[in-house]
Amino acid sequence: MNNEMRISVTNVSKRFPDGKKGQRVVLDGVSLEVNAGETVALIGPSGGGKSTLLRCLNGLNSFDAGEIRVGAVVLRPTSPGQGNGAARQVRRLLGMVFQDFQLFPHLSVLGNLTEAPVHVLGLRQAAAHERGLRLLERVGLADRAHDYAGQLSGGQKQRVAIARALAMEPRGLLCDEVTSALDPELKHEVLGVLEDLKHDGMTLLLVTHEIGFARRAADRIVVLAEGKVVEEGSPGQVLDRPRTERTRQFLAKVLG
Amino acid sequence: MKRRAFVCGLLMAAVALGVGLRRSPQDADTLVWAADAEGGAPYVFQDPEYPQEQIGFEVDLAKALAKQLGRPIRFQQYEFASLVSGLERGDFDFAMNGLEITPERKSKVRFSKPYYVYKQQFVVRASEQRFHTLNDCQGRADVVIGTLEGTVAERLLDQLGIPKKIYPGAVEPYGDLALGRIDGVFLDLPIALYYARNHPKLKFAGPAIAPGYYAIAFRSRDEALASVFNHALNRLRQSGDLRRIYEKWGLWNDDQELGGDADEITAQAIRPWTPARFVPLLVEGAAVTVLVAVLSMLLAVALGLPIALARLYGPAPLRWLALGYVEFFRGIPILLLLYFLYYGLPVVAVNLNLGLTLNLAPLQAAILGLGLTYAAYEAEIYRAGISALPAGQWEAAAALGMSQSLAFRRVILPQAIRIILPPMTSDFVALFKDTSVVSVIAVVELSKQYQILSKASLQYLEIGLATAALYLALSIPLGHLSRYLEKKWGQAPGE
Repeated sequence: MNNEMRISVTNVSKRFPDGKKGQRVVLDGVSLEVNAGETVALIGPSGGGKSTLLRCLNGLNSFDAGEIRVGAVVLRPTSPGQGNGAARQVRRLLGMVFQDFQLFPHLSVLGNLTEAPVHVLGLRQAAAHERGLRLLERVGLADRAHDYAGQLSGGQKQRVAIARALAMEPRGLLCDEVTSALDPELKHEVLGVLEDLKHDGMTLLLVTHEIGFARRAADRIVVLAEGKVVEEGSPGQVLDRPRTERTRQFLAKVLG
Repeated sequence: MKRRAFVCGLLMAAVALGVGLRRSPQDADTLVWAADAEGGAPYVFQDPEYPQEQIGFEVDLAKALAKQLGRPIRFQQYEFASLVSGLERGDFDFAMNGLEITPERKSKVRFSKPYYVYKQQFVVRASEQRFHTLNDCQGRADVVIGTLEGTVAERLLDQLGIPKKIYPGAVEPYGDLALGRIDGVFLDLPIALYYARNHPKLKFAGPAIAPGYYAIAFRSRDEALASVFNHALNRLRQSGDLRRIYEKWGLWNDDQELGGDADEITAQAIRPWTPARFVPLLVEGAAVTVLVAVLSMLLAVALGLPIALARLYGPAPLRWLALGYVEFFRGIPILLLLYFLYYGLPVVAVNLNLGLTLNLAPLQAAILGLGLTYAAYEAEIYRAGISALPAGQWEAAAALGMSQSLAFRRVILPQAIRIILPPMTSDFVALFKDTSVVSVIAVVELSKQYQILSKASLQYLEIGLATAALYLALSIPLGHLSRYLEKKWGQAPGE
């Protein structure tokens, strides 16, 4: 089980075309491991490559060098538009939650949860409904099953988005700044759901700016800046006794 | 309809630009003669060698009349179908343009004595074996005879109960006959002489029949003017000048000796067009309009979506092809496309030796033409609607393991439809009204039926009102549907 769902990123580099000047390096030889059942928080300054790394992990972005392994699936550098068979396999293992929710506005809350299980996994409608309602119960939104996304608050939307990802029964979850678009008083309801998931043994890789949450929930913290892993360790070590100047700079800014 | 509006526009412009000069003192003697040079040979038409000059037997006749009357006669271009109403409005002094004396016209204008006696000539393909005269066609279900609308020939076909097809011009029916689209053409002898006598694939079937009379039309109150013209015509007939003119154009025959009188000719009973007679015909036309609109919209939708997808997601060559399609069909007038599909394609097929005839029925050509054109508009609407959706929706679908096509069908398209539907329904209303253009390829839809009926009866007002009422009865519910859909689909639920 442990080896089966290990995520390992080895020496991954990615450049984006940047105007006429040529290319901008976003990821510069990043290596990273996430073990099954582990919760890893990815922190660092904006533009440091956190979101890009997450998107490379489930094939939304391609990369130029290195290798990504998720369980038995291997992602390698591909030119954009190349067949994405491996990417689709990875997506079956890792769910993803976005900063701006991206719920499907034409479907009900329950419809958002059943759409992929029915049409991708081939689940029967009734089974998908049952699974969807169970997950809505879990995120505390069972009573909103037949509302539309437009009728929900931001925190509720994000909880639905998490439930939607879980409906595919992934082995791990990638969360891309899932509380950044929320009012402070709504953040806790989403963070609470994530903590519950951690306690249930879900593998989590979180890009976050919530340092307090990272300290509380993460088993390990990875600091990514200027496309490189600058520091990695337990929350106590990274947040209280940072070993690198770059981490200290970053924490000073964030913690004020 | 469009052409009439265009002609009216031109006339108004002409008035504004100083047709007032027409009645200036040095010009008081000039008589203004109206005819339609588009009506074709051999009446009045543009000289192929000097296109700004009109020639034709009526031009020669007008010159001879001017000489007899001692007054100059000036030519005024006027649409044939509007000659009677233009005369009543006072746009010119008289109309001379192969106007047949009919009871309906007789009730609106004053006719001179006939200046030409003509008969109707039945023309068939040279290879025709099934029948030899028009009467043979009576009771045959496999026969369609072409003619011009509002003519004595058309009326005669109706009386004999022979299936007919109505054309706007004299060239097309003979062309269609040669192509085998119709089985015969029944038209005025002068037209048949000019267009069909020397046609290698056509032959005259039986002798010319059913005499009719061309006469000059004046306003009812211009009795004195009409009588002056009658005297002048008599003198031309006696002097042999009339015969010389007709011989020059190959139109002379013994019938011309007879002459005749307008009052005797129209002594036949006048059958007025009551609503009970014209409304069913208009409803038939409306049904064709709906049929053409619905089928061409279905074609446009079926073609529009793949074109939009090719433009958005296709590989480069396909993308260019789709763009080319959109630019081409948005840039080509529907009228031109219809002419090409209906009259041009068979010729192309023959010239290229394709081994197939590409001989579209009028309805097929109409639906194809409108469908191809509107597919370009639909494609652009779909493309805009689809690209209006945020990329995040694609990514969210992909992250849930959906393939691109599944994501498109289940996530993108249902949302895009909300954006697409309102402009799509207003496009359909536009298409619905554009169907009137297909009358140019002999599809008798509502507008065409109006033209035919109003020309036959000269009851422009009653029939026009009935036609407008039918259009509104169809388009107003469509407008409501469009607004309803906009309300229902225009916004996401809950927002």
